[in-house]
Amino acid sequence: MKLALRDVRIAFEGRTVVALDALDLAENEIVGLVGESGSGKSITALAVMGLARSLGATVTGSIALDGRELLGLSERQLRQVRGRRVAMIFQSPVSAFNPLVRVGDLFVRTLRVHGVDSTDAGRRAEDALREVLLGPELLRRYPHQLSGGQAQRIAIALAVALRSDVLIADEPTSALDVTVQAEIIELLRMLRERERLSILFISHDLAVVAQLCDRVAVMRNGSIVESGTTAGLLRHPSHPYTRALLAAVPRLGGGRTA
Amino acid sequence: MTRFLARRVALGLIVVAGVVVLTFVIARVVPGDPASSWIGPHASPAQLRAARHMLGLDRPLPVQIWRYFRGVLTGDWGLSIHTHQPVLSDLAARAPASLELVVAALLVALAFGIPAGLAAARWRGGAPDALVRLGSVFGVSMPSFWFALILQLIFFQRLHLLPVSGQYDPSLDTTHPLAVYTHMPVIDALVSGNWPVFGSALTHLILPAVVVGAYPAGVIARMVRASVLDTLGEDHIRMVRALGFPERSVFARFALKPALNPVISVTALVFAYSLANTFLVEAIFDWGGLGSYAADAIQSLDTPAIIGVTLFIALVYVGANLLVDILQAVVDPRIRLQ
Amino acid sequence: MTDVAFSEAELAPPRPLRRLLRTNPLLAFAAGLVLLLVLVSALAPLIAPYPADAGNATHPLETFLPPSWHHVFGTDPVGRDLFSRVLYGTRISLTVAAAVIGFSIAVGLPLGVAAGAFGGLADTILMRVTDIFLAFPALLLSLALAAVLSPSVTNATIAIAVTWWPWYARLARGTAASVAGRPFIAACRALGLSPLRTIVRHVLPNSLTPVIVQASADVGGVILTSAALSFLGLGAQDPTPEWGLMVNQGQAYFPTQWWLVTFPGAAILLTALAFNLLGDGLRDVLDPRRVVGRT
Repeated sequence: MKLALRDVRIAFEGRTVVALDALDLAENEIVGLVGESGSGKSITALAVMGLARSLGATVTGSIALDGRELLGLSERQLRQVRGRRVAMIFQSPVSAFNPLVRVGDLFVRTLRVHGVDSTDAGRRAEDALREVLLGPELLRRYPHQLSGGQAQRIAIALAVALRSDVLIADEPTSALDVTVQAEIIELLRMLRERERLSILFISHDLAVVAQLCDRVAVMRNGSIVESGTTAGLLRHPSHPYTRALLAAVPRLGGGRTA
Repeated sequence: MTRFLARRVALGLIVVAGVVVLTFVIARVVPGDPASSWIGPHASPAQLRAARHMLGLDRPLPVQIWRYFRGVLTGDWGLSIHTHQPVLSDLAARAPASLELVVAALLVALAFGIPAGLAAARWRGGAPDALVRLGSVFGVSMPSFWFALILQLIFFQRLHLLPVSGQYDPSLDTTHPLAVYTHMPVIDALVSGNWPVFGSALTHLILPAVVVGAYPAGVIARMVRASVLDTLGEDHIRMVRALGFPERSVFARFALKPALNPVISVTALVFAYSLANTFLVEAIFDWGGLGSYAADAIQSLDTPAIIGVTLFIALVYVGANLLVDILQAVVDPRIRLQ
Repeated sequence: MTDVAFSEAELAPPRPLRRLLRTNPLLAFAAGLVLLLVLVSALAPLIAPYPADAGNATHPLETFLPPSWHHVFGTDPVGRDLFSRVLYGTRISLTVAAAVIGFSIAVGLPLGVAAGAFGGLADTILMRVTDIFLAFPALLLSLALAAVLSPSVTNATIAIAVTWWPWYARLARGTAASVAGRPFIAACRALGLSPLRTIVRHVLPNSLTPVIVQASADVGGVILTSAALSFLGLGAQDPTPEWGLMVNQGQAYFPTQWWLVTFPGAAILLTALAFNLLGDGLRDVLDPRRVVGRT
């Protein structure tokens, strides 16, 4: 199992916001984590990266990457995991980049932090951009000079350049147009094949999840209420909340699913 | 970008013009006749009329304003009724002392304020944070004249460490006369290698600079703290942490520059503010600058001088705002590359 | 029946206030200090050991007495008890501050909100006018006005008020402009509400927070400015027990009769401090962007 979460409890100022019994991500698998805003999806993602503590949360339980426990690791050890083993992309792609830094500079610096030397870093950056179907000249731009789709692709390219095995995508398409959404989803699918990426795809949009993910876990009020294969869940949802979510998905031509 | 600047400059000039007009209008309200102040109490009516004519006071107000503006552009800022000198040369002689004081004060404020703000943000909620917040509130609440007197008590009366009057020791004028270039003793002494005067000027600068710098230090510390905390909460910092950068790097390489951006604007504005508020400190420390010149002008209802000082300070204020706009455009590519 | 139930719910005591104060020690402390100052100001005639000394009384045999049990802060050059005078000074300072800020809000808020909400020409004009006032060295203007009108507390107050209101106009304008841009305002208009009603009932209440924060901190600023004016002899005149004036009077005898300068000045510092802390505390509490965990 690439990524395994067991009995994860996340609390803020004494209040438990996430009580997650089990969540698995197998190698080369795309798992969707679905739920409304406030269901605890994003904070769980941050907890995997070891970033929940800086927001003031306490995390207990087990989060294992390739069998190795992440939760007790020191800051230094965690930093070796972040980016290099587990990469994360966020909802608002343009604001995820430092507005004062050229994109290419960020690329090179990130690679160097993870031990790649400068000449190598430049080449890897260009290669990575080509993989996400962007021209290398975009590296010279500032974030505000990029479209949402371009910025998100570059964020994904960072994961490719770092040769991460796991990508956590926190609502990566929610801030994008529908057509751009489709492109990003296609890109993720392609990368899963080519780079053998394992992807945890977090979204509130069941329709998008249905297109991309092999398995789905439904989250509500901090717990997972149902999980299973995408096809199985769509056809035979057992939990009432899942059913409600499915019913709420708008379909072209009217009518409802299930 | 040049269009952006041109617009800013134009707006600035409008503001300055407005300030001058406003000052003229207020001066109108002043009871008392500048002409008779000029000529003295024992003047004949004919002399008085001549004085009024020379000073341009017999023209209607809009004409006076127009002639004044024309004069300003050609370097004629009128004649001071009190000193009988051209106002512009008065300003040139007196302003540098205030500038020296305010610049020194700002250096003190930045030297204290920035590290304090950074420390408070870095160790938020801890002892440094509490200390800095307390200190900055003190700085902002301190009555400058009282602070000046207390410092004089401690460092002059009791400890005999620092001098309290003038810009440097006047006895040095006989032994090591100072060549005057900029009317700023510290700079002039440095440039001409006059070390005794340089040292004396520096020690004389310390107390007044600390007093004037207290308020800016408080403002800067709070601004830096707030700005750093804001920046640390932003998306791009979360991203950079997720990429595996060490916290030290996150702070120094990615958070610092965006966070210090507002400090530039605050510093420029605080500079203009301090320049306009040096009266009290100059009075207490016997500092021959703009503040005392303005105070004298007001006491003697020296209208051209008052207008001249006001115009100068307004120009500094507008200039400071302009500088801030330029610097922000330089630092932030979002503004530069529109 | 339902009307009664509704109004009773409205009458329930606001318990969140106590919780608010407990989780914000800074705010509680500052509020307490401010309350103390207001009480001192109100009860000065009752607390002061020598109330007459705040006025015209002179005691030629008791001049320049250092602090003692009889005169906690000592006596001044004409023998008046400094402690009583400092207590009475609280009244003057707080009244001046209230007047200046009250005026600034009364004038600045409507102008600013109107400019921010309507935009266009009115906005541009207001911006330029406030720019001009702001570029004008405030202390200089206050000095000039105070010199022109004969020096007194009232005239000093007027002088300060004239230079103070542009800040509030600017502040109100900025907040109103961003509130007016929010979707819910467009919704109000779409529902058929008149512009005036929209502004008064919706834009205005939502623009108040920064103004409140600024006002509480500004009390300190006004007190410092009026003390400065009095120190220069352009504000209160003898025998008015104004703090700045007292420091001015004591300056000549400094540092031997140190109490003449120290205590009034400390009073200025303390009061400014209290209100600045209050402003800080309010800002912390009222800031909608408090760091809370996000899911």
